[in-house]
Amino acid sequence: MANRTPLYDQHLAMNAKIVDFSGWEMPIHYGSQLNEHKAVRSDAGMFDVSHMNVLDLRGREAKVFLQKLVANDVARLKSEGKALYTCMLNEQAGVIDDLIIYFIREGDYRIVLNAATREKDLAWITEQSAGFEVVLDSPADLAMIAVQGPNACAKTEQVLGEAVGNKIAKLKPFNACFCDALFVARTGYTGEKGYEIILPAGDVVALWQQLHQVGVVPIGLGARDTLRLEAAMSLYGAEMDETISPLACGLDWTVAWQPAGRNFIGRRALQAQRDAGVSTKLVGLLLEGRGVLRGHQKVISESGEGEITSGTFSPSLGKSIALARVPVAMGNRCQVEIRGKRLNARVVKPPFVRNGEACYKELVEQSSTHNS
Amino acid sequence: MSNTPNELFYTKSHEWVRIEDDGTFTIGISDHAQALLGDIVYIELPEVDSELDAEQDCAVIESVKAASDLYTPVAGTVIAVNEELEDAPETINGDAYGEGWIFKLQPTSLDSVKGLMQAEEYSALVAEDDE
Repeated sequence: MANRTPLYDQHLAMNAKIVDFSGWEMPIHYGSQLNEHKAVRSDAGMFDVSHMNVLDLRGREAKVFLQKLVANDVARLKSEGKALYTCMLNEQAGVIDDLIIYFIREGDYRIVLNAATREKDLAWITEQSAGFEVVLDSPADLAMIAVQGPNACAKTEQVLGEAVGNKIAKLKPFNACFCDALFVARTGYTGEKGYEIILPAGDVVALWQQLHQVGVVPIGLGARDTLRLEAAMSLYGAEMDETISPLACGLDWTVAWQPAGRNFIGRRALQAQRDAGVSTKLVGLLLEGRGVLRGHQKVISESGEGEITSGTFSPSLGKSIALARVPVAMGNRCQVEIRGKRLNARVVKPPFVRNGEACYKELVEQSSTHNS
Repeated sequence: MSNTPNELFYTKSHEWVRIEDDGTFTIGISDHAQALLGDIVYIELPEVDSELDAEQDCAVIESVKAASDLYTPVAGTVIAVNEELEDAPETINGDAYGEGWIFKLQPTSLDSVKGLMQAEEYSALVAEDDE
């Protein structure tokens, strides 16, 4: 039985092409994925992300529980409304899911989980919470809209009225606040400015229509993927899964090693990997000629083989880009095997695009002399 | 609604065939197919002079979404390809039956179109797809 968000009829009315996404009937595009992508880079777009899951975690031991549950440290969240991006690991240090944790107040956290991993996440979190004085609440009657683009903040503030508009305009990136029934966060998945708004399901159609009236364009999952890939944001199931540790997929920055005594799940295995030396890294690829890089294509270089984790045609750059997991020694050139042919690609430091501008960094070819 | 010109023949895999006055076939993908693919960003054309069996995959069309194979509707020899598409693959989205043609074939047999669908039958198939 397919799930539908409260905005399903709005999508149909806006000519969405609907596809199955992890059991949800979601819009892939509303006519042109390219135009939608460009609208977010140049103006403002809105995404129905109501299929994602909100989990509220409260209780006297909420903080110490989260310090065990995830690899980043919620002790870093000092001010109310601050958000933390983190991986939730299994004992082998594989990634069960990546999530955002908002610090609402002492003993009160809001977690946003991926749609595709909902059941296993909830089962895991419930299992791990045994013995902790915490209460898990997964409110079912919520919806979520992301508004993203250079004009996204101004247009959202306009629609939400002066009082709310003024309040959220003061939010710094990666911070959130409640405005009555609305929960508004300066977060996103596009590399542009914008908000993610969690609100009662009964209010979401009106907000969607008001945003549309001020020129915010509806954006499907297709452009959501090309936007996040240009911004080099990881996608669960592509860059990482339960067999990949954060150290092997470019998410080492999300692991809080200090304090050394914080015994988060997966720490022992992760530490062992770190001590042994990690053999892969996540890099960006730019295809030099024509063609389109796609997930699972083989990456070949003198220093060994790797694999593309996500690839696409970049509408902003007009050429194909990819994220790839490759041997740590790989230099700034490689080849990608596409349908039996080997095509040249440059290895770069992502992200590719942020705030509407190309921003990737060329790698400097390392000298072959060793001064050890 | 997709546009399905009456004078063309169609395949289940959404290619179209036009029989030219000189007996050669021009081949492309249908309006319905381009809409399904979404914005087309790359095409790998067949090689001129290559000999193709019916329903052989002979080209690749990539949209922002995915790569899709193109199958030749009938057997024959490739006599021309639309090189303009290499620089402007999006032409297929804008004009699938005109400037967006993909290749020309000298068919092994003129009768080979008999195995293909006419517009009415193809429209019915597309209508089912859209359900």
